[in-house]
Amino acid sequence: MGYFHSVRLEEDKCKGCTNCIKHCPTEAIRVREGKARIIQERCIDCGECIRICPNHAKIAVGDGLEALDAYRYRVALPAPAFVSQFAGRADLEHILGALLTLGFDAVYEVALAAEVVARETRRYLDNYRGKKPLISPACPAVVGLIQVRFPSLVEQILPLVTPMDLAARLARREGVRATGLPPEAIGTFFLSPCPAKITAGRQPQEGMAGPDGVIPLAAIYGDIRQRLATAPSCPSRAGASGYGWGHSGGENASIGGRRLLEVDGIHHVIEVLTQIETGDFEDIDYIEAQACPGGCVGGALMVRNPYLARLELRQLTRELPAGRVDLPDPGGSLAMAPVQPRPALLLDADLATALEKMRRLEATQALLPGLDCGSCGSPNCRALAEDIVRGEAQDTDCVFVLRDRVRVLAEEVVELARKLPPSMAQPERGSDNETAGNSGASEFTGPGRGESPGPGG
Amino acid sequence: MNEARPPLELTIPVRAWDFLAGGDGAARVRQVLQQVGFPPAVIRRVAIATYEAEMNIVIHSQGGELKAQITPAVITIIARDTGPGIPDIDLAMQEGYSTAPREIQEMGFGAGMGLPNIRRCADELAIDSMPGKGTVIKIVIYNR
Repeated sequence: MGYFHSVRLEEDKCKGCTNCIKHCPTEAIRVREGKARIIQERCIDCGECIRICPNHAKIAVGDGLEALDAYRYRVALPAPAFVSQFAGRADLEHILGALLTLGFDAVYEVALAAEVVARETRRYLDNYRGKKPLISPACPAVVGLIQVRFPSLVEQILPLVTPMDLAARLARREGVRATGLPPEAIGTFFLSPCPAKITAGRQPQEGMAGPDGVIPLAAIYGDIRQRLATAPSCPSRAGASGYGWGHSGGENASIGGRRLLEVDGIHHVIEVLTQIETGDFEDIDYIEAQACPGGCVGGALMVRNPYLARLELRQLTRELPAGRVDLPDPGGSLAMAPVQPRPALLLDADLATALEKMRRLEATQALLPGLDCGSCGSPNCRALAEDIVRGEAQDTDCVFVLRDRVRVLAEEVVELARKLPPSMAQPERGSDNETAGNSGASEFTGPGRGESPGPGG
Repeated sequence: MNEARPPLELTIPVRAWDFLAGGDGAARVRQVLQQVGFPPAVIRRVAIATYEAEMNIVIHSQGGELKAQITPAVITIIARDTGPGIPDIDLAMQEGYSTAPREIQEMGFGAGMGLPNIRRCADELAIDSMPGKGTVIKIVIYNR
């Protein structure tokens, strides 16, 4: 409700297959009338559907370069993983410099802000005495996943600003100092590896204003590649530890010390979060959880193979100093308001009604075949049962239930077809245990119906 | 009127020594409670108690089942197994007391915290054990 989503469906390309519904970690997609519809309240913009769709029908909508026109001074905020896409074709200074040829007046590396966040995280962990482990807020898809599927863990999300939002603040301040323009004339644009960051950049939030726009990397990949050879040089100010945030494990490495666990790939993240809910991992201080395989280098809007991109990122930043000694002053508190749950999976706002629906859901699921085939347009049999209880589907949406109903009906039809008017009836028909009356027909359909609830057997 | 409704009942079989599936039952109970909208603090207590009861069946018995009876006001978990039973329940309730074999303890289970953890989470706890036959544990947690 009023929630902006970057992930959209391109209807023309969608063939109505069931690949995306089965991979969505929040079961937020249903195929209806041949098209994959996104349930907005559930979508966390993780981009799994973009990755899996064989027809490239799922896309992420962000800002284009024309959005720069609204500002007099434009700063590019490249994600740490951004440079991995061009490594090997040019050195870091020229990859950053290529951004200046696209209409940006300056570049502020998010990797630099990441180093500030890492230092603040270290301090926070030093003083933290609450429930462990804390979970990184850096990946917005993971934060969304927790809000929707693991609401009891929201209080364990580290309440600190993300590198993207901090970079926007620092870049704006630097822009004001450099130009003397008012802050609103400075436009900050995050160059995003993923749809989740596009969405995160658009959410109004308390505490700190994020970037003014978010441009998907894929939208400018070609332009940058073309300009690498002739790009001017733009010096890097970040260290290797800041750039490490672009791949899995890098955030933890830049925080350092302690028991820090990293997990990447959203289905692996789900496993870990499930175990944290059970009370495991209490001896872990901090969890760097990233929705994409390999971390941001594996972002759904990235072009290169994630594992190659990780290698390239490491090699590209190998020559950089580990970290900046004189980190920029963050210019205010880095604290963020606690994350709130998004109870999108709740069956009903009233507990007693929800419980009643759950009872019907369980009973309905028991009648479904349990194949999780997806032909009904829901991701699995339980989800179909849930959709039925919510009044958004019916049991005959299941091809097996439907087939069974047809069979029962067909048997009734055959039985009726055997009946003859008394004037034509053969005397010997009554001899083989079957009575020739109407009562015989209803007896016959009895067992046929009785078999139908157990198609799974 | 709500009182007239029968509880939602979930029955989940638990296999002995199946450490890959051990915990799935508690996870399923948790997921159901979450989708129904019980308060997180209640869910946490139910989930921990159910998990410990489930792992007790996995580790100590020859198999059994979990039964969850859920009403808006109260959640009852009944863990029933066939197995050796508990000869001395008072002793078993002591923190750190464990009869789990060494290989189980090496896996990180059997620290003697199972029953004490359940008692901490439960509003009511009843243990009925027949040595040589099996154990029934009834856990009651109120939603208030």
